[in-house]
Amino acid sequence: MTIKETRAQFPVLDTKVYGKPLIYLDNAATAQRPESVVSKWNALVHTSNANIHRAVHKLAADATDEYESTRNTVKDFLNASSREEIIFTSGATASINLVAFSFGEAYVHEGDEIIVSDAEHHSNIVPWQMMCQRKGASLKVLEIEDNGSLSPERLEKLISEKTKIVAISHISNVLGLVNPVKELVTACHKHGVPVLVDGAQGIVHERVDVQALDCDFYAFSGHKLYAATGTGVLYGKKNWLDAMPPYMGGGEMIHTVSFSGTTYAPLPAKFEAGTQNLNATPTLVPAIEFVNSVRDSKEVEAEQNAITEYLLGVFSRDTRIKLYGVPRRTGEKIPLFSFSVEGAHHEDLALLLDKMGIAVRSGQMCAEPLMDRFGTTGMVRVSFAPYNTLEEAESFVKCLYKAIDMLI
Amino acid sequence: MTNMSLEEKKQQVVEDFSQFDEWLDKYEYLIELGKGLQPFPEEKKTEDRLIKGCQSRVWLDCEKRDGRLWFTADSDAIITKGIISLLIDVYSGCTPEEIAGDDFAFLEEIGLRENLSPTRANGLVSMIETIKKNAR
Repeated sequence: MTIKETRAQFPVLDTKVYGKPLIYLDNAATAQRPESVVSKWNALVHTSNANIHRAVHKLAADATDEYESTRNTVKDFLNASSREEIIFTSGATASINLVAFSFGEAYVHEGDEIIVSDAEHHSNIVPWQMMCQRKGASLKVLEIEDNGSLSPERLEKLISEKTKIVAISHISNVLGLVNPVKELVTACHKHGVPVLVDGAQGIVHERVDVQALDCDFYAFSGHKLYAATGTGVLYGKKNWLDAMPPYMGGGEMIHTVSFSGTTYAPLPAKFEAGTQNLNATPTLVPAIEFVNSVRDSKEVEAEQNAITEYLLGVFSRDTRIKLYGVPRRTGEKIPLFSFSVEGAHHEDLALLLDKMGIAVRSGQMCAEPLMDRFGTTGMVRVSFAPYNTLEEAESFVKCLYKAIDMLI
Repeated sequence: MTNMSLEEKKQQVVEDFSQFDEWLDKYEYLIELGKGLQPFPEEKKTEDRLIKGCQSRVWLDCEKRDGRLWFTADSDAIITKGIISLLIDVYSGCTPEEIAGDDFAFLEEIGLRENLSPTRANGLVSMIETIKKNAR
């Protein structure tokens, strides 16, 4: 697929804001949706809207098929060993909260330790803090290396006999560096400690094979992967999911219910209480098709690499700009750049860029501990998707310089 | 603007803004205002003077002299500093009754409220609330 063909699937990219062509560079917050995702969504609402799993009528059967075949697609996409290991959630945050609660109930006791890194999104910090408070456990922090990456050696030194689980991101939403997940997992498994990988950014940019990575849990959101909002996935190894108690009660998650005691449904239903997001979850299928089609495109790949190289060059040459997350090898950096400019506030830069038609993110990026680590109150972030072009990256840089000139 | 009435001051701001067609020019003007704001003493940048609800940090101080309110302020973001500078230029020297009875509608007229980003719009609301609170 060409970049032109890719862009044609996203009508929003042809729109204007304040009379200027829209350049959407906030993809790490949420991506735009291709027509195939939107039409799937519409079709399900219009023709197959019925509650899944129970009723015997035709519409319910169609809706159930759509929902359950999505599970097969996701299983193949992640190369999970069985469909029972794929749990649908409302997003990465919900997936992590599920594990923090249910794993915590099964395995964590007073005095135990949980490890997270200081580059995590709040969604991979706060659920663990809440679990630690509930269980009387403590949270240990794995510090990033100076360039922003995670070190398996450093992680291994932090693991003790009390460590129950490690939660780290595949790619930080601020730093945009691909962490050595396989090596991090190996370091933990040497000590019998399971690992949850926050894949909210990782799933978008990397080919993920959960069996090859050998991670115990992998969490991601649909909306960053071009699917509908309110969709998400938790992959978990079957032995863990089987041993963990349910997160929420009610709906499809039961086997039998009586006032003398309730038994739970087997996987995956055990973790899917209540009516599921049945019109939206199947949009993961066209979203994954879209992702696979752009991954197979040499033209898109070359353009993404050109954007990364170009911006790394711009940011390293300009001494006024500080880039956070500097790669040490090729392929380590995804086209996601968080930076600050000496003497110009991140919010001012974002406001001026917005008026020039460029959508960027500014602020703390849901990662306050990381802002503290770098001693800053916030950053500006630009994050690119396969529909973005080198030309857009060049326009962004031109506008950034204009904004800087206005401010300092 | 200190010798003008509140109405005259607001009218002046609306006129000043009407010369700009482009949003970037409005921002350029706000940046200028921000850069020209009177220095705010570091020791006054305390938690109780910090306005909640802004993405950038904004400090506002209020003194009462001869029955009138006099504001000083600062921010770490220059556009916000421009906006707060505009607000305190208009409202400094007013009586508490004048401020409490004002609807701040001139901000709509110059397009500040709807054209600022949602977080900034909230920040603006917080700034107005804080100025009004000082008038009570």
